[in-house]
Amino acid sequence: MSFILILEQVLNGLQFGVMLFLMAAGLTLVFGVMGLINLAHGSLYMVGAFAAAAVAGLTGSFLLALIASLAAAAAAGALVEVTVIRRLYDRDHLDQVLATFALILIFSEGTRWLFGSFPLFLDVPAYLSGPVTLPFGIQYPLYRLAIIAIGLVVGAGLFWLIARTRIGVQIRAGEADREMIAALGVDISKLYTVVFALGAALAGLAGALVGAIQSVQVGMGEPVLILAFVVIVIGGIGSIKGALVGALLVGLTDTLGGVFLPRLFALMLEPADAASLGASLASMLIYILMAAVLLVRPSGLFGGSA
Amino acid sequence: MGRERLFNAAMLLALLAVPLLAWGLQEPFIITLATKVAILALAGVGLNIALGLGGLVSLGHAAFFGIGGYAMGTLASHAQNYEPLFSWPFLFEGSNQMPLIWLTAVLASASGALVIGALSLRTSGVYFIMITLAFCQMLYYFAISWSAYGGEDGLSIWVRNEMPGLNTLDPIQFFAVAFGVLCLALWFSARLARSAFGLALSAARQSEERVETVGLAPFKLRLVAFVISGPITGLAGALFADLNRFVSPTMLSWHTSGEIMIFVILGGVGRLYGPLVGAAVYILLEHLLGGISEYWQIFLGLLLLGMVLFARGGLIGAPVGSGGGA
Amino acid sequence: MTNPVLKVENLSKSFGALKASNDVSLDLRPGEIHALIGPNGAGKSTLIKQISGGLRPDAGRIEVLGRDVTVLDTVARARMGLGRTFQISSLAMEFSVLQNAVLGALGARGRAFGLFRNVMRDAALLETAHDALSRVGLQDVAQQRTADLSHGQRRQLEVAVALTLKPRLFLMDEPMAGLGASGSKELTGFLDALRQEAPILLVEPDMDAVFALADRISVLVYGAVIATGTADEIRNNPEVRRAYLGEEELA
Repeated sequence: MSFILILEQVLNGLQFGVMLFLMAAGLTLVFGVMGLINLAHGSLYMVGAFAAAAVAGLTGSFLLALIASLAAAAAAGALVEVTVIRRLYDRDHLDQVLATFALILIFSEGTRWLFGSFPLFLDVPAYLSGPVTLPFGIQYPLYRLAIIAIGLVVGAGLFWLIARTRIGVQIRAGEADREMIAALGVDISKLYTVVFALGAALAGLAGALVGAIQSVQVGMGEPVLILAFVVIVIGGIGSIKGALVGALLVGLTDTLGGVFLPRLFALMLEPADAASLGASLASMLIYILMAAVLLVRPSGLFGGSA
Repeated sequence: MGRERLFNAAMLLALLAVPLLAWGLQEPFIITLATKVAILALAGVGLNIALGLGGLVSLGHAAFFGIGGYAMGTLASHAQNYEPLFSWPFLFEGSNQMPLIWLTAVLASASGALVIGALSLRTSGVYFIMITLAFCQMLYYFAISWSAYGGEDGLSIWVRNEMPGLNTLDPIQFFAVAFGVLCLALWFSARLARSAFGLALSAARQSEERVETVGLAPFKLRLVAFVISGPITGLAGALFADLNRFVSPTMLSWHTSGEIMIFVILGGVGRLYGPLVGAAVYILLEHLLGGISEYWQIFLGLLLLGMVLFARGGLIGAPVGSGGGA
Repeated sequence: MTNPVLKVENLSKSFGALKASNDVSLDLRPGEIHALIGPNGAGKSTLIKQISGGLRPDAGRIEVLGRDVTVLDTVARARMGLGRTFQISSLAMEFSVLQNAVLGALGARGRAFGLFRNVMRDAALLETAHDALSRVGLQDVAQQRTADLSHGQRRQLEVAVALTLKPRLFLMDEPMAGLGASGSKELTGFLDALRQEAPILLVEPDMDAVFALADRISVLVYGAVIATGTADEIRNNPEVRRAYLGEEELA
């Protein structure tokens, strides 16, 4: 187990964490501002990935594909918000769960109907493929570094948007007190549509970026959605800062645990047992992390009251 | 309430009559479908105790369904391989006897419910939903990576397990087993809803403050409800695995959680026989729409969406009117 | 002098810069009605919440029946005999009136883990419940859905549920609201007799009722108790007059 391996895995964990942040940021914004739990957020991730794969297939341009993922997910988000989601804001959580679960069924089967059941592939463009050499002689894929960079830039942009702009002021006011911003003359339903579309666009971007590493297929958004929930539970619902910290924690824990736990067990057990037990435990690690956070702080690291 | 009771009796009779008719007409496939309805309804009856009576929106009940399924798979596979599960601290052999398998399924899923409930009930609202979902997913991944019991491919059992005095390989007899368990569970949940515990639990759903003020702890009530609810769904899992003679991580997937919830909701939350109606409608839709289109779940999604947005009473709400409550 | 049933010592609670409770001390003695009055926003609700266990104070202590309960939760305090009624009704709205009262009786019994027996056929619980309902005059609407009650009736039911607990002290938050003139008078008479059973800490904006009933009155302004005394003492207290009537009245 070398230093270089550890560093490589830390970078992998960061890349995973940054992706999770893009997912979790939208979820936590939508919950913080509108009080809505959206299970269909993973579908928007999938929409972004499919849009990117389709556009990349037609034009061959990765940049256009990314733009398409943002646009398609934002459009799908806005459409869903206007037709369905806005009827759910004053419903209880059960109705929100059911309606957004129904949306998943519609999105998933609709996508399967349009694109078929076989996975699509989105290629990493030539200018981003291949390894780069980092300090200490680490060879690391350029594309993954690019994902980390894009994620960090988008994250910084999001913090800037919320801290410094008009719409950010409205979002923060909306988190504090919904009646208040209506009283201030903000067009609340427009604000909600914009926030929802923004969250959707972030999810779509994440889907497209990951789509180039993995395959693009129906149902790809759901495991990520649940991880994003874990991130939010750890970070605290409604907190963007919590989403960032939670995402990095989950990303690093999952990646490092997956690599090092089996090796750790190998020191004590037979190789076959160690691999099996290590893999099983590694898959549970982030949930154990979540349980531990819950025991200490039931409303998450940066959450207010639950 | 008279009309609802009549409707409930009619539903139960219909579930009994359809397979009997199919038996006469020698249509074993229909008997199997009816068995599936009974088992899935049982899973819903379990969830309904937490969801309908206690107001606990658990998106993690597939965990218990799967634990029950794996209890069956583990015991039966050890029995067919003649290997004990473990020999220390005591000898624990596999088994192909349903009563023992059920007991194991119930105990295992009750323990699971105790741990998951104790952690997730520290929170409420969306946190609770996300956390139950997360723990369910944890077990799902655990099952996928636990290669000793089939991992991602699941675990097949060659012969259906045995019930003393019955031939479970005969579809109608196995249906009778599932139907009997369902009736017992329905009877039990009806008693529970009217009991002291049911009153307090239902009050905790309506006003947590009220229950605390009379000196009862909502956390304890909900935890007990969760530990009662989980094993019923777990028992359904053991039966479901026996029906298919197969258990796989899919039983633990969160889609399964969503489906169990749909059974409860389609029939109407908090209605005793809601899960029965919901499961029956679900299976009917699966077979009617599934025959028309491969993508039948789009229609299921639209139906569910329409129901949540426009018809909140569920399907029983239409024939018997609203206001059933708990 | 007998020991107080409830003793609040130097209680403080802040929300940011706002001092909702500022070094509050007061007590409740056996057989008395102690009224807590003060202008809107004086911190009455915050104080009641801290006494009932719904809110943890920043500093100070609370004693019930000689026992320090500062760190105990609502459930534990209810079990010690603290019967509370709410300003905003917190009844189980889907239940019948009788079911709400039975819930109270169940709480008094302290066990709610019977899983099989029909709770609405439990003779002992029903007796307690009916008894409490008839004492507040709700026996005729026992089978009605709670959501269908008038606001005044809900307030009466709040009191009835508290009665089923057979508490050692009452904490009543605006029990008269919405009762109308005759109902208010009736409840005044009822509370008058109730103080012999258990003392009452009463928050009530109806000043006629307060001055007619209270043995002692504490005045809360900006989170602090500015005066405690009998009705006459409070009437003639210059600080109270200033708080309620403004500066010019004194000139």
